[in-house]
Amino acid sequence: MKQFLAFVKKEFYHVLRDRRTLLILFGMPIAQILIFGFALTNEVKNEKILIIDNAKDIASQRIISEIAASKYFQIENSVTDPNQIVQDFKKGIIRVALIFPANFNKDLMHLHKAQLQIIADASDPNLATTLTNYISAIIQDYQSNLNQTYDIPLRIIPEVRMLYNPELKGAPNFVPGVMALVLMLICVLMTAISIVKEKETGTMEILLVSPFRPALVIVSKAVPYLLLSLINVATILLLSVFVLKVPVRGSVLLLFAESTLFIVTCLTLGIFISIKTNTQQVAMLVSLMGMLLPTVLFSGFMFPIENMPVALQVFSNIIPSKWYYIIVKSIMIKGVGFSMIWKETLALVAITLFLFFISIKSFKIRMA
Amino acid sequence: MRTIKFLLRKEFKQIFRNKSILAMIIIMPIMQLLILPLAANYEVKNINLSVVDHDHSSYSQKLISKITASGYFKLQAYNSSFEDAFHLIETDKADLILEIPQGFERNLIRKNEQKVLIAVNAINGTKANLGGSYLSKIIRNYNDEIRLQWQRLSSYNPVPLIEITSSNWFNSFLNYDIFMVPGILAILVTMVGGFLTALNIVKEKEAGTIEQINVTPIKKQYFILGKLIPFWILGNIVFTIGLLIEWLVYGIIPLGSLLVLYGFIWLYLLAILGFGLLVSTYSNTQQQAMLIMFFFMMIFILMGGLFTPINSMPEWAKIISRFNPVSYMIEVMRMVILKGSGWKDIFPQLWKILLFAVVLNSWAILNYRKTT
Amino acid sequence: MAEVVIKTHKLTKRFGNFIAVNEISFEVYKGEIFGFLGANGAGKTTAMRMLIGLSKPTSGSAAVAGFDVYKQTENIKKNIGYMSQKFSLYEDLTVLENISFYGGIYGLTDTEIKTKSDQLVTELGLQNQATKLVASLPLGWKQKLSFSVALLHEPKIIFLDEPTGGVDPLTRRQFWDLIYAASDEGVTIFVTTHYMDEAEYCNRISIMVDGKIEALDSPQNLKKQLNANSMDEVFYELARGAKRSE
Repeated sequence: MKQFLAFVKKEFYHVLRDRRTLLILFGMPIAQILIFGFALTNEVKNEKILIIDNAKDIASQRIISEIAASKYFQIENSVTDPNQIVQDFKKGIIRVALIFPANFNKDLMHLHKAQLQIIADASDPNLATTLTNYISAIIQDYQSNLNQTYDIPLRIIPEVRMLYNPELKGAPNFVPGVMALVLMLICVLMTAISIVKEKETGTMEILLVSPFRPALVIVSKAVPYLLLSLINVATILLLSVFVLKVPVRGSVLLLFAESTLFIVTCLTLGIFISIKTNTQQVAMLVSLMGMLLPTVLFSGFMFPIENMPVALQVFSNIIPSKWYYIIVKSIMIKGVGFSMIWKETLALVAITLFLFFISIKSFKIRMA
Repeated sequence: MRTIKFLLRKEFKQIFRNKSILAMIIIMPIMQLLILPLAANYEVKNINLSVVDHDHSSYSQKLISKITASGYFKLQAYNSSFEDAFHLIETDKADLILEIPQGFERNLIRKNEQKVLIAVNAINGTKANLGGSYLSKIIRNYNDEIRLQWQRLSSYNPVPLIEITSSNWFNSFLNYDIFMVPGILAILVTMVGGFLTALNIVKEKEAGTIEQINVTPIKKQYFILGKLIPFWILGNIVFTIGLLIEWLVYGIIPLGSLLVLYGFIWLYLLAILGFGLLVSTYSNTQQQAMLIMFFFMMIFILMGGLFTPINSMPEWAKIISRFNPVSYMIEVMRMVILKGSGWKDIFPQLWKILLFAVVLNSWAILNYRKTT
Repeated sequence: MAEVVIKTHKLTKRFGNFIAVNEISFEVYKGEIFGFLGANGAGKTTAMRMLIGLSKPTSGSAAVAGFDVYKQTENIKKNIGYMSQKFSLYEDLTVLENISFYGGIYGLTDTEIKTKSDQLVTELGLQNQATKLVASLPLGWKQKLSFSVALLHEPKIIFLDEPTGGVDPLTRRQFWDLIYAASDEGVTIFVTTHYMDEAEYCNRISIMVDGKIEALDSPQNLKKQLNANSMDEVFYELARGAKRSE
């Protein structure tokens, strides 16, 4: 035991002395939380819109002023030349245009029917849809105001209630994701590289020849990163609660316990990679390509898994961060207890055990 | 000048002998371009819906069938109470609940007004927003439908109706791939160029061969050029492979001129490679270089406008974006490939990237000291 | 009077409060084999790095091949060769490719490179390994190859930093044969080592202790002075009071 602690102490020195790396390991989650928390949002506002007003009558003016007043839009220009649309699209100045035909109000009042055309730059499909919907809503509001003098029958009024996250903050969605990402990065990447580096420089052999069990040597390399990761989890939670104002609804203890499990999973993965690779470059490649990328893709926090083809959905089940993401979401945002997440926990345990056994097997094969 | 020839020969030999780099240049773009768009899909569809219908009238049933027919929603369950439906949301089996009150049809006709409740799991804000608005839209359409029927039955003053037609340009099928793929390619080229350059120099530092170079009379400008050029060429190769995949697999043919595209890429690569170079002058180990690169790449990519629009960011983030070369690349890729923008259109981005290239490379050259 | 090719006067290098090289002054003459000895941590490598233009001195002066180490490092580099402790050849390039690269870097023409390559390969007996990666060569071969590559551009002075670390005595002997051959051609050899027996091979040696030069003379004279039978004893006498060791 004493020897093990001696190894762990040495490993801590290695890690703590590399100030630059340490700075980044602690700074990254903070940067990510700040970016996700304050910069990344799909909320639409101040989108530039181009108005082609061929009518210039009271109806078009009313609608245009409604649009100008809306926080979603900023009127870029009001012209009569439809060619402006293509030009401005190409320059990326506007994303949507609204065209009023001549005689708009006259047609509306006398023919009881008038047309409006919305042209959206659909190179960003979601934005186009959202902008189109917002403009339609403004126009329909105008229409219902017009119609207040008439008594419209059969009004179905949808009442929308947002659960768990009434302000539609992005944070509840991504904080669990950031946790998964950061833990993966530190535990898999750093562990793998740190072990492989010793292999590359040859010092690993020295350690292996020592009378200590090789397993101890390797595990001692993982321990500093375990501690670092727990500190990062705490940092992220603190940031989330106090800066992003997203509280932890469930048990913090459970959260830490599950996080420790996930950390162990990632460390095991990192160790496995280090056994299988020989140079830092390859270890990095494998970690980034093989681990980080799938984590970002398949954990479900950036892209919804249910949108993916079935094959990929099935594949996502072997990605540990997918389960961790669900667990953290459930505890933090929904506030549920262990009874709701035992299945996901089991999945993580299974993955960890699997990694553990193949690591030991690979290691023994190398030694033999 | 001859020195550069020798430097380049050495670099290329080393690159081609290094299997992992080759794998990175060739396999990574292919894999990423194939898998990422499949996964990176923000299209909202297959929203799991649970319906709580207390009315069971013809109106409520028609509304429900209209909703399921839309294709956006998957009807998961008919629950008899809101609590039951809520349990489905808790276990992530449903995303949305539609509750139709008892007496819906009767009260709608008698009182002219009825509320329906839509409860949305809003943890994923985008999904909730789009899901809620799709549902509201369908309900509105249904509302117009039954109102129209009603109008035909009674002698009724017609109400002024504004008919809205909307068209989507450049991507009429609202194909999400078309939006994502050029952006993903931009990121790919950035990552390959940046990482490889940074790691390469640091590797020489670690191996000690850089000291050997520092003792020779090689001018440091030549040395750095000797490092830049091979990776610049590699970056071009990755980009071209990417364009080919875009065409063969996704059917995306650049609307704009290839010359414009490549012109921009050439400048952009210089900037990104310069950045990698700069990072390498500040790192002593491969681990450090990789971590620093990763840190900046992550910020660049997240704030580059690939996943969320830059326009929606707060002022301080927008300012940071202006210093983010990746955001210009993503913008230009989309503009030229999807909208056919030309030299004049991308001029603002072009000269900014030129500035980046000059500043970053100069900084790197100044920082690289043969003598410490 | 022999020509002075290296001259230092109170050359000093400080890292914060730590004085790695403390006002050393010495001269090296053309054609001699000058041994720069000292224990690990004595400051040898730091001193050498200042002479070859890798490190800027804190104070004092030095000139190598007539060029100033502060302002004319690039000129110094044109006139010297260097073999680092790690024998820095590119492991993923072949023997011939390494020769060709360094030859080109130092401005040799293609014909010169070809001639020198053939010469080198024959002299070292590397005909069978010429197209193999340097990584596959045993340590002793890498060492000899590094030395020869450092001499490719026929420099006046060659600096060797602990060149014989980790090889067997026979290989070390063979390496010193190469050094003698170069010295016979008029190349000045500046070599650092902590193998005391190699000190006997040098014309003159200096011994650094704690950043200062404590002795500077021929091996024979030093042995006589300190009443020692071997260089080991000489070194022990001088370095006994040393406060710095690795």
